[in-house]
Amino acid sequence: MTTPGTTAPATTPVSGRLRAQLSGLVRRREKDAGDDGVDRGILSDHDRKRGGVRVSMSTVHVILFVGLVIAGLGPLLWLAKAAITPTQDTLSQPFALWPNGMDWENLSAAWNDIHIDRYFFNTLVVAAGSWFFQVFIATTAGYALSVLRPKYAPILNALVLATLFIPAVVLLVPLYLTILHPPVIGVSMLNTYWAVWLPAAANAFNILLMKRFFDSLPREVFEAARTDGAGPLRVFWSIVLPMSKPIIGVVSVFAVIAAWKDFLWPLLVLPDPAVQPLSVRLPAVQSQTELDVFLAALAISTLIPVVLFLVFQRLFLRGAGLGGAVKG
Amino acid sequence: MTLTAKPAAATPPADEPGPPAASARPKRARRSPLTWIRGGGAWNLAFLAPMLIVFGVFSWGPIVQSVVMSFQKTNLVSPPVWVGLDNFARVLSDPNLSTAVLNTMYFAGLALLFGFPLPIIMAVLMSEVKRGKGLYSALAYLPVVVPPVVAVLLWKVFYNASPDGVFNTILGFFGIPPQPWLQSSATAMPSLVIEATWAAAGGSIIIYLAALIAVPPELYDAAEVDGAGIWRKIWHVTLPQLRGILFIMLILQVIGTAQVFLEPYLFTGGGPNNATLTVLLLIYRYAFQNSLGGAYGEATALSLMLAIFLGLLSWLYFKLTDRWSTN
Repeated sequence: MTTPGTTAPATTPVSGRLRAQLSGLVRRREKDAGDDGVDRGILSDHDRKRGGVRVSMSTVHVILFVGLVIAGLGPLLWLAKAAITPTQDTLSQPFALWPNGMDWENLSAAWNDIHIDRYFFNTLVVAAGSWFFQVFIATTAGYALSVLRPKYAPILNALVLATLFIPAVVLLVPLYLTILHPPVIGVSMLNTYWAVWLPAAANAFNILLMKRFFDSLPREVFEAARTDGAGPLRVFWSIVLPMSKPIIGVVSVFAVIAAWKDFLWPLLVLPDPAVQPLSVRLPAVQSQTELDVFLAALAISTLIPVVLFLVFQRLFLRGAGLGGAVKG
Repeated sequence: MTLTAKPAAATPPADEPGPPAASARPKRARRSPLTWIRGGGAWNLAFLAPMLIVFGVFSWGPIVQSVVMSFQKTNLVSPPVWVGLDNFARVLSDPNLSTAVLNTMYFAGLALLFGFPLPIIMAVLMSEVKRGKGLYSALAYLPVVVPPVVAVLLWKVFYNASPDGVFNTILGFFGIPPQPWLQSSATAMPSLVIEATWAAAGGSIIIYLAALIAVPPELYDAAEVDGAGIWRKIWHVTLPQLRGILFIMLILQVIGTAQVFLEPYLFTGGGPNNATLTVLLLIYRYAFQNSLGGAYGEATALSLMLAIFLGLLSWLYFKLTDRWSTN
């Protein structure tokens, strides 16, 4: 999310473009980082030696660090504390550390009564399906448009690119009606995961990214394979896909994060609580849940992505440099 | 060969340029299904089919449908009726529209005021940190990792308006009286913007950090030779070098904030007294929260107007970035 305010069903149409442009910058950074002599910023070594600058820079660093800890870590630490504090204490003394003891029951109550396990599983199903269909569509279409390149490819390419200019908001109502009355099959897709997976797969940015990557692969390899008698399917499966692991990784990360964060679209097409992901279920149970148990549920739902982030920090931050980790 | 059974394909020598009738244009011979298959046409189509189906049904179709529907009255029971510009007229005469547009502009303006300069300043300061840069980035990015829904629900607790609420307690440390936060129409929108800024700043900071590192160090060396101090280096080197990325982030932020939904929906539901009713929330209300059944025509008409505005913005963005990247 590069912008305050989460966008509707899909990512902002132009954020993809930004990612593509920034990938160049990030590559330059990595090259420079290896060479210490080049790595300088606004302040020169001379600046840093001046007394006034040194004192004010130290002050700035202390303020910056304290500010980041309070703003970045503070809310999460508070949530962790509140998750094991009785409701009364959280309401009357929000900053007191367990004046009346801890309440570990909250965690098990949240897990068992709100059924976090079940909704967490639903979130996983949504994310896994969205990931599969996005990667499937992006690789097959990218291969056809870049490598097979039939005569009509430029027209299709233009049609796909055109959808990048259309903000997600236009699709909201007609897409919802399409889910209610899909063409040909005629059975409503409401409350099925297809309703989330398939619209997510119609992602022009993925195809653009994939096609650009395929365009950069050496043609001679495909020619050689064809001469050896490999058909289009075999070239795709045994040559193009193995060479495309990096870009498939990028598309996968974006797909999973977007599916994880999405709210409005699953809210519309998954009205049945039994199939809802965590993001849709949490606001719905809020009114019927006691505050301490609800905060415990929020804490558990935060724990998983935060732990993933801390483990794969470098990957996340590099992805973020490529585009603010999707705004959803 | 089963194809010979069909009269249409009964002229088999497919590898020949074509029948004499077509010899005026020898290169573009009349193609039989067989040459099409031999040329890989079937494979092309097989690889394109998933994309064509998914885009046709879930992207191109709905885009066309949204234009059609904005001129129709649709209620899912009886067949749609053409009503001309009625939907647009009804949306434009809705007293809530001006409220929603003004609120959305207010949100976007405040978000620009709080949320645009803050990450730039933070990134410039953080880029000067010599040791532990990774720790700073990780701390700044942590709020982005929290799922947006969880973040809003947690901040809703922080915004508890009682004197013992989390933020009111903090204000109390500084002797500031408790604030109503989400409860009053005056403070509701700024409260939403503060949360949105908190949730998004980390992502922008990381992007600016990447851009800052790409500023060629020679420029700073040259500026120093010319006797530039720290502030002049920031003003004459750093900011001009970031110009492109600043503009991109500005447009992205405007496009994002114009479609803000999650915060007003979850924090206040548009209240109090419609003080946080945004355009997207109004569209949602027309279509999905309507006691008289979904006003899909009005909803698509309003979506279409918003989309045209945003489409122009992204077009402008593409034009400008194209020019910059070719220079």
